[in-house]
Amino acid sequence: MNDQNSRKIIAFCCSNCASSAAGISHKLNETLPENVEVIQVPCTGRIEVLHMLKPFENGADGVYIAGCQEDSCQYISGITKAKKRVQHVKKILSELGIEPERIEAFSLSAARGQEFVQIARDMTDKIKAMGTL
Amino acid sequence: MIVAEPKPIKEILEMVRDYKKILVVGCKGCVTVCNVGGAKEVGILASTLRIAARKDNREIEVGEHTLERQCDPEYVDELKDIIDKYDAVISIACGVGPQFLSERYPEKRIFPGVNTKFMGGAVEHGIWAERCAGCGTCVIHYFGGLCPIARCSKSLMNGPCGGSAGGKCEVSKDIDCVWDMIVKKLMKEGRLDDLLKFRPPKDWTTARDGGPRRLVREELVK
Amino acid sequence: MSDYKSGSNLEKVLKSGTFAFTGECGPPQGANIDVLKKKAQHLKGCVDAVNVTDNQTAVVRMSSWAASLFLIQEGLEPNYQMVCRDRNRLAMQSDILGAYAHGIRNMLCLSGDHQKFGNHPGSKNVFDIDSMQLINMVKNMRDEGKFQNGQEIDVPPKIFIGAASNPFGDPTEFRPYRLAKKINAGADFIQTQSIYNMDRFRKFMKQVVDMGLHEKCYILAGITPMKSVGMARYMASQVPGMDVPESLIKRLKGAGKGKVAEEGIKFAIEQIEEFKEMEGVAGVHLMAIEWEHRVPEIAERAGMLPRPKID
Repeated sequence: MNDQNSRKIIAFCCSNCASSAAGISHKLNETLPENVEVIQVPCTGRIEVLHMLKPFENGADGVYIAGCQEDSCQYISGITKAKKRVQHVKKILSELGIEPERIEAFSLSAARGQEFVQIARDMTDKIKAMGTL
Repeated sequence: MIVAEPKPIKEILEMVRDYKKILVVGCKGCVTVCNVGGAKEVGILASTLRIAARKDNREIEVGEHTLERQCDPEYVDELKDIIDKYDAVISIACGVGPQFLSERYPEKRIFPGVNTKFMGGAVEHGIWAERCAGCGTCVIHYFGGLCPIARCSKSLMNGPCGGSAGGKCEVSKDIDCVWDMIVKKLMKEGRLDDLLKFRPPKDWTTARDGGPRRLVREELVK
Repeated sequence: MSDYKSGSNLEKVLKSGTFAFTGECGPPQGANIDVLKKKAQHLKGCVDAVNVTDNQTAVVRMSSWAASLFLIQEGLEPNYQMVCRDRNRLAMQSDILGAYAHGIRNMLCLSGDHQKFGNHPGSKNVFDIDSMQLINMVKNMRDEGKFQNGQEIDVPPKIFIGAASNPFGDPTEFRPYRLAKKINAGADFIQTQSIYNMDRFRKFMKQVVDMGLHEKCYILAGITPMKSVGMARYMASQVPGMDVPESLIKRLKGAGKGKVAEEGIKFAIEQIEEFKEMEGVAGVHLMAIEWEHRVPEIAERAGMLPRPKID
């Protein structure tokens, strides 16, 4: 897992939008980088600060949240809450001297299969460049 | 409730730098309600400490425990079977907690993980404000149920001062002028006479000025 | 003695019915007596008493009572200011006794600006008592001969008691009542916050006169001449409880380059002329901040000279 080219990244994905996007990407024969592990959640609004920290504790080098557009969130404010928490975790990481860019939040819509894959690739490239935590 | 805020992580890391086995102790009282020292925050702080150790390639062990209350000896006692495994304890209760822990476990190094701020309440989700200064002689009924001791920047008993502007305190636009509130409320209620009454200097002996306070209720003492 | 409360020059002038004129002097931010003496010389003969500020805007300066004593040496009568921010009731009373024993006869009792505004924002404030309670404490010391705790004073301090009033503070509707409260607590004279909005002040004074407050104490209208447009803007936006109308800023701007200060003085003189005629106003308090050298000119042009000598 800790091989130079496969930094572990955990992606918390909303089952309403991001996962549909994933489905589309699959149909498009676009595959996610292997180092990205997707955890499907009913709503990103329930991903707590601790959930975002745990992967780092357990060996991940990056974490991201892929949820709805803020103005069309399935549960109204789920992604907005998640984004606020991501900001909080960024603060914690900075205080620890860790690059805050190791955690990000993205808004997707169900139809954006290509974008879903692109986010995973971009995140992978970024984390690779930063190296292991 | 007693309202607190987390200490900067850097400060906590500095405190426990020399320890490998650390116990984070939360409290299910006020600090749980104000989202700073409950079981959830114990988990977050413990995880943060572990991430810090991972980054520095250090081996540490972080334990997590949350007590019913840290301000009651019977609950503090609960730690006696687990505390021995740790070199240092971070209490994320209000300032009372780490002191009760220090008194009960004098051989342990106990560190405060939060900064205790004030007695107050949540005015909005995520926003707390001070309401009581614990002066020991409550007179808020003179002031329309609003406390000028705790809420006026100058603790004026006969306010408002000349710095009250647009309902805000001269100290900060984030502070409501409590005297503006008192005056408007009492005038609306037709209680101008109450406002015109001279409030004499307060006897501060019941406040912190009388020395550290202690309360004895004979009917409860065993 | 006489039926004066303190026998201060300011009290005598006010009691005689003469339109009073007081000035102000900030003690030095250091032990530089020469600066203080220089300021004093500008004011000498122009005013009936000089307010000596007490760590004004929470900036440390030479203590108000010490600077007051230097003014006495220079032949001026001080109006010793005291704020509640820096002293508890013990320190206040002992300072009052010392000040009186050294010849100080007027006091202005204030809450004090919060330390946040000053040069020691990390300090702890006191506010053991508030300005209302301070007024009352000085009155009881003088009239009852008693300390705040009720204990008797051996030779009570006979102080002419002053208080501040801000007609432009909020809530506006309560301001005349708060003034009444200060008078009831023991204030003999009032010095107001700097006035720029004459309309509002006229309304305030009408209410004060309707309530009969002007018959129970002497009200001195506060004036601070504007030196520049920048100062006017700063006063308008940054100083709490200050009301600087846009029309005044326009007027100052309209004066043109190099003539703003003169326009500011002109406005101040117009104000003085109006206050002389305004019912309930017993005098003017001129706070010419770091502009003491212009006071003689203002006094002269406003027809305030010579100052009366009353025995």
